[in-house]
Amino acid sequence: MTAEKPQTACEACPAHHAGNLTRLGINMTNWDYVIALAGNPNTGKSTVFNNLTGLRQHTGNWPGKTVTRAEGGFAYENKRYKIVDLPGTYSLLSTSLDEEVARDFILFGRPDVTVIVADATRLERNLNLVIQVLEITDRAVICLNLIDEARRHGLTIDDRRLARDLGVPVVPTAARSGDGIPQLLQHIQEVATGKWVCKPHRIKNEPPTLKNALNRLVSKLEAAFPGLPNVRWVALRLLEGDLRIIEAVKSGELGSLMQPNILPQIPKQEVIA
Amino acid sequence: MNTKTSAIDVLNTATELRWEVGEGFHDTLMEAIYTDAAQIADRVVTPSGQHKRFDLDRTIDRLVTGRWTGFPLMLLLLALVLWLTVEGANVPSGMLASFLLDTIHPILKSFSAGIGVPWWLDGLLLDGVYLALAWVISVMLPPMAIFFPMFTLLEDFGYLPRVAFNLDNLFKKAGAHGKQALTMSMGFGCNAAGIVATRVIDSPRERLIAIITNNFSLCNGRWPTQILIATIFIGGLVSPGLAGLASAATVVGVAVLGIMLTFVISWSLSHTVLKGEASAFSLELPPYRPPRFLQTLYTSLIDRTIFVLWRAIVFAAPAGAVIWLISNIHVGNLSLAEWFINGSNPFAILFGLNGVILLAYLIAIPANEIVVPTILMLTVMATGMSDFGAGTGVMFELDSDSETANVLKAGGWTLLTGINLMLFSLMHNPCSTTIYTIYKETGSAKWTAVSALLPLILGFVLCFFVAQIWRLFT
Repeated sequence: MTAEKPQTACEACPAHHAGNLTRLGINMTNWDYVIALAGNPNTGKSTVFNNLTGLRQHTGNWPGKTVTRAEGGFAYENKRYKIVDLPGTYSLLSTSLDEEVARDFILFGRPDVTVIVADATRLERNLNLVIQVLEITDRAVICLNLIDEARRHGLTIDDRRLARDLGVPVVPTAARSGDGIPQLLQHIQEVATGKWVCKPHRIKNEPPTLKNALNRLVSKLEAAFPGLPNVRWVALRLLEGDLRIIEAVKSGELGSLMQPNILPQIPKQEVIA
Repeated sequence: MNTKTSAIDVLNTATELRWEVGEGFHDTLMEAIYTDAAQIADRVVTPSGQHKRFDLDRTIDRLVTGRWTGFPLMLLLLALVLWLTVEGANVPSGMLASFLLDTIHPILKSFSAGIGVPWWLDGLLLDGVYLALAWVISVMLPPMAIFFPMFTLLEDFGYLPRVAFNLDNLFKKAGAHGKQALTMSMGFGCNAAGIVATRVIDSPRERLIAIITNNFSLCNGRWPTQILIATIFIGGLVSPGLAGLASAATVVGVAVLGIMLTFVISWSLSHTVLKGEASAFSLELPPYRPPRFLQTLYTSLIDRTIFVLWRAIVFAAPAGAVIWLISNIHVGNLSLAEWFINGSNPFAILFGLNGVILLAYLIAIPANEIVVPTILMLTVMATGMSDFGAGTGVMFELDSDSETANVLKAGGWTLLTGINLMLFSLMHNPCSTTIYTIYKETGSAKWTAVSALLPLILGFVLCFFVAQIWRLFT
């Protein structure tokens, strides 16, 4: 490994690197890293997506407007990133199609980084999803979007404290005007390359019975699938009786989560009737 | 122990533990997550004492979703947007028309005469294809360039979810999904877009209802027809000062009739072939956000206006050729168009329409936008008027609404024909793009056929009753 060149203050500044961003639009043939974009509905995921890819996916101020999965790409500091805009959901624990698509992608698609877009004006409710995503994946960046709106509402958010509590980088952004996007890119890169090692928050307030059950199941899982990255989440899903996960345990697909794998296909659209 | 047996061991343990944890597992887990979230949020968020902005949002919400104020405000906004569109589009439309038709067309004609293009090719290309394109551009571009950005600004501002909120209760009573309010609103721009948007509805039953009834949202291709006919036949009834208002009100009336039909048909479907409970969903009313004018202008121009215009152009070109051909190919001493018009007239009169309208709607299946020019051209031809337009089978733009009115009245049109044309324009089969989209989305030929035929049959039935009742009283 070669020693890092000493950086000047200017080079260390994220704004400097923003100049290295190349928006690739939908022109994605090969990529070095895969980024998943998750978040509650109407938090500005599509705006962040457009900002990074240079695409102009239609954005609108109403929940659930992204009905098709969107994919795009960008290059940053000589690495190519593929970014997948997941459907907006409030949780990952119920059975609706949107949530299934999102959680299967985060679990089985194993993105290199999951960017969770959270609405700074409604942080508590958004954290419910953040906590659930952090149960699934170790590598995440929180994009604390609509920070301008939060300030207008008179809210002050201690993003450093938040980053410490969640164990992952937190970047305040105002994606509509592009504020904070350079810092977001910087952190995505750091997490993707492993420069920043996340220590994600785990659910703390579960009652003892649940905790015991989880621990027992986790040890069984660890014996069966050594090295599985998201044991606790898998255990939670098994307790919930998630058929998709039970199937994955039976077929051994779960084992493949320990090897580098190929991205699963998300259904592009559902045909009904 | 190999992986297979240990996997089974895992599953068995899970089943066992599921009993231990008990039924409340899901709720317990959610509670744990909520507690965590609340603790963290409590630590990092400091609210300031003042909530001025928030109160403004609440005040607006109280008005636009109020029990008594919500609906009138909705109608007023719709009327305002339409009125601005009608008034604002007139001048640029006229300028485009006079440029493309009075300046460019003669130049092209004399050029083609100069290089000796055969008459039939000249007619097909310049009097058919070119004029159809010119008409579609001059009639559609200005209203779209005004209507779509205004609609997008409202969307950006956060008004659409409030519309959904207002209509949700009605949709629920109709046994449909509340999100149908959103897809219905999208349909006001373009039905094909509205049908794609029904993907936000999870339940297949409710999604089908939303797809079938989307056609009752007057789409962009039909607004110009409605506006023109209302201006001629309704605007003409009142004093000139009120004409603009009266026409806008009539168009709003037709749009509201469409919304009512959406409810009635949704109700009928959900109580007959598509029986089921309305599913619940949580609708978040997002905060109002100041719209970004420039970006909205840009995206709505590129994504919507140019996209829809391009589609219209693609379909108008061949339609222009068809119109020219059927009015210039003669069988016996009548052209194909005249054969059809004369043949279908007795049938059409029953419904308060005429053969010209039926033929126009056949030709306009690819794009509703070209209905009015087709009607005018066919009317001129059928009545043998020679002082309007450039010749047989030539699509043209008349310089003013009153000239258009003269042509239609000479063609035997009455107030009844005008009203029934507006009704028929609201209720007939969707355009071919929409039909194709329905097929793609449902994957079912049966439901596609239902979506296409149901409004058509309804349209004939309603026109029939209006015509019969009208004739009883006049």
